[in-house]
Amino acid sequence: MAKTLTQEFVKGLWEEVPPFRLVLGLCPVLAVTTTVENGIGMGIATTFVLVCANTLVSLLRNIIPSRVRIACFILIIATFVTLVELLMQAFAYPLFLALGIFIPLIVVNCVVLGRSEAFASKNRPINAIADGLGIGIGFTLSLGALGAVREVLGNGTFLGMEVFGPSFVPFTFMIEAPGAFVGLGLMLCIMNFIGKK
Amino acid sequence: MREMIKMVIVVTVLASFSGGLLASVRNGTKERIEVAQLTFVKGPAIQKIMEGSSNDPIEDRFSLTINDTEMDFFVGKFDGKPKTVAFEGFGRGYGGDMGVMVGIDIEKETVHGVAVTTHAETPGLGSLAADDPGFVSQFKGKPLDKSVKLTQDGGLINALGGATVTSRAVCNAAEQIVRLYEENKEQISEKTKSF
Repeated sequence: MAKTLTQEFVKGLWEEVPPFRLVLGLCPVLAVTTTVENGIGMGIATTFVLVCANTLVSLLRNIIPSRVRIACFILIIATFVTLVELLMQAFAYPLFLALGIFIPLIVVNCVVLGRSEAFASKNRPINAIADGLGIGIGFTLSLGALGAVREVLGNGTFLGMEVFGPSFVPFTFMIEAPGAFVGLGLMLCIMNFIGKK
Repeated sequence: MREMIKMVIVVTVLASFSGGLLASVRNGTKERIEVAQLTFVKGPAIQKIMEGSSNDPIEDRFSLTINDTEMDFFVGKFDGKPKTVAFEGFGRGYGGDMGVMVGIDIEKETVHGVAVTTHAETPGLGSLAADDPGFVSQFKGKPLDKSVKLTQDGGLINALGGATVTSRAVCNAAEQIVRLYEENKEQISEKTKSF
């Protein structure tokens, strides 16, 4: 119990922010960040799954036999992911169309399983919630930031609004797949640069 | 042995619990998902066809089983009367199947309007079937006979430049709808008038 709740929460925002510091869960990071909206939508879905899965895993941590723990974690995560998928279809269908296959793929996102295995299964529920929320929000902000860079440069818009006016020629490379790698690389570089000071 | 039993029990209980939870959520959201799919996938096409109708065609829908497949029909009211019914047909386009929504005026027995719902046609060429209202507006008011064909096939529809395959796919879908309507006219018009 060395860390307080606030510390558990805050570490996800900077120190252990998944895509940039842990370099985990890159598949959705690269695939869906073509716009800010998609990035944040994906981030919120992942946050929901993270918090719910962390809570449940932490509550059941003394019941789940350690030899089948991974199976149980995946089962819990898959349940919440399917829940998110159904709810998104019912209430945010356009977002569901935009994110497509990447919603069901949250099941195999290593950030979610990683937090269950490394944190929630060893800590009290309240700490697990703080941890899930922190990591989730960090993940959402990272996706939003990468989405913003790509959308502004690649499409000349931010959340669908024009940024540069009609004379701007979109740098479409940024919203294609290679642009995701370049964008991510540059952001990693900036993060490391700031972190070194 | 004891540990073995515990493992089996924990996984079984967990699995059945999540199964039950998901089943109930699925039941609860089923209707909303259906409406959302109709609104966002077929909705824009239906709105285009039923422009100026006094009701919401997505709300006023019925389904019929025709040739062993269940089809959705959308009713449009004009001047207070349910006069138009729209349903979806498919044609083989250049990039795979194209979904085409066709509205039929059951009083005048003419085509009320045509709109593309789903397609994977070449952007800028075949995609104009969906984006350019000029092409599909040619169908408006055409009688329900051989006229919903391309001019080179003996009909009255001019093909899109550079996209004959796409244009023919739209016509084929429209023809298919017209044929289905002719074959099941009584059933369809009876249901339509009940709104």
